[in-house]
Amino acid sequence: MEQGEKLFCKGGGCTAKLGPAALNRVLEKIPRIEDENLLVGFGGCDDGAVYRLTEDLALVQTLDFFPPVVEDPYLFGKIAAANALSDIYAMGGRVKTALNIVCFPETMDLNILGRILTGGNEKVQEAGGVLAGGHSIADEGVKYGLSVTGVVNPNKIWRNDGGQEGDALILTKPLGVGIVCTAERLGQASEKAMNLAVKSMTALNRYAAEIAGKYQVHGCTDVTGFGFLVHLCEMMGEKFTAVIDQKAIPFIPECEEYVEEFYLTAAAQRNRNHVKDKVEFSGCSFAMEEILFDPQTSGGLLISMPMEDGMKAAEEMKSLGLPCGLVGRIEKRREKTVYVR
Amino acid sequence: MGERNGNAELKQGEKAIQLDERGKPCPIPLVETKKVLEQAAFGTWVEVTVDNEIALQNLQKLAAHKGLEAEEEKRGEREFLMRIKAGAGNPEQEKLPEALESCEILAGQDESPEEYSSSLDKGIVLVISSDTMGRGDDELGRILMKSFLYGAARQERLPEAVLLYNGGAKLSCEGSASLEDLRSMEEEGCQVMTCGTCLDFYGLKSSLSVGQITNMYEIVEKMSAAKKVIRP
Repeated sequence: MEQGEKLFCKGGGCTAKLGPAALNRVLEKIPRIEDENLLVGFGGCDDGAVYRLTEDLALVQTLDFFPPVVEDPYLFGKIAAANALSDIYAMGGRVKTALNIVCFPETMDLNILGRILTGGNEKVQEAGGVLAGGHSIADEGVKYGLSVTGVVNPNKIWRNDGGQEGDALILTKPLGVGIVCTAERLGQASEKAMNLAVKSMTALNRYAAEIAGKYQVHGCTDVTGFGFLVHLCEMMGEKFTAVIDQKAIPFIPECEEYVEEFYLTAAAQRNRNHVKDKVEFSGCSFAMEEILFDPQTSGGLLISMPMEDGMKAAEEMKSLGLPCGLVGRIEKRREKTVYVR
Repeated sequence: MGERNGNAELKQGEKAIQLDERGKPCPIPLVETKKVLEQAAFGTWVEVTVDNEIALQNLQKLAAHKGLEAEEEKRGEREFLMRIKAGAGNPEQEKLPEALESCEILAGQDESPEEYSSSLDKGIVLVISSDTMGRGDDELGRILMKSFLYGAARQERLPEAVLLYNGGAKLSCEGSASLEDLRSMEEEGCQVMTCGTCLDFYGLKSSLSVGQITNMYEIVEKMSAAKKVIRP
């Protein structure tokens, strides 16, 4: 990367999301029109919207964009695109078309924008989709993302809350990319940690979803700005309780050290505030708690599936080259929504 | 940290160090406060002003995690004050603990038998700084250390914490012959803590198989607070 082609990263990626509590307050007040073909809207906490066209065909739509999370424009483009495309996979769908969403300062070098869009386009192609247009706005800061349309069989939607008692919970990417990127902004992240974070953030969830699709999937979401625990609480709702084995949590190893240095964001603390009464930790280090609340950019899928299928799928996913694993199981509802032990 | 009015050389009882962290997004207030706390003399108050409650909560976590005394005050909609008392700072200004000498594992038996009801002996810290015991042949040293931990795990009263550093860090990792003994101690409530720097140095961070990762700050803290430190 040449000098002058670096992006300024200030709380970028999914740490830039509005807090879950603030967002819920606003959404609750928006009136909703009923349409029986809108199978998934923002009534629940799902990742994308699903609209039924025919008995066996439905559209999946999603939109995601954010400020730079890494300095390299090309990598930022890949990460933002992988993140936006992920919502289609989290619903069990296939990517068809994508539109660019761009905010870019008028005075900035257009080569930088070119590199962002090149990275994004490569990921859309890898997803098997086609880039069909976009919209750009002159703005103070850089932001980039995609609006993506995919298709899914309306009878085979992977909802957030489809988990059942006895299910295995599979996480397909390591946690901690938020902490590593925070350390990187302070110039403190090791090359090894940053390389793993970038490898994870640019990886499409397509491959993990394809493996999961060979088995029975009950529920699925992707772990993004709200961190592992908020997404998990949304999946459990009031119906079930998840028991998480902290030793099985995949994460970027250097995070433990960075947490001790307090490279922590406001977003992680907002996530903690949102669900701290629903989660009980036992024997968990402070670092592990922070890793579980860490906002993820282009995080992995969190999949709930029958235990036997889950064990096989988790084993197969190891071949994708990222830390991942079977991290816990769904049990009968108890007092708390999540127990981490 | 240009807005800092105080300076880290202040002695205990003198004016507190002021940090104005308003307008700075996390993690900046945290990282700057942590740095000042580490440089400040033991017992110095550091007063941090932030402009939002989330930053205040993050500072609360910092104080709680480091075991430091802290108090807070809401001064306005956009003004929150967090006072944190610096702990172990400049080591020269700190009294070294008197108990840093070797003693036997069975020391402590002279205390009243009533305390036997609890299997944990608060105030006793076991320090393992090598994977071998004694000087001479390393192979023999490793056998001795294994039997030492075997014995230690079977005492009626267990130490409050086991600190593993330098070569000792290898004993809490995969392949160690003492994992079962350390695990059984942990199950009884004993804290098994391994030095993170040492795990890094030996490339063992992903092989840690029992207990938690710790840092030098916590090691100093545990050893300073101990009534008795046992070093085989």
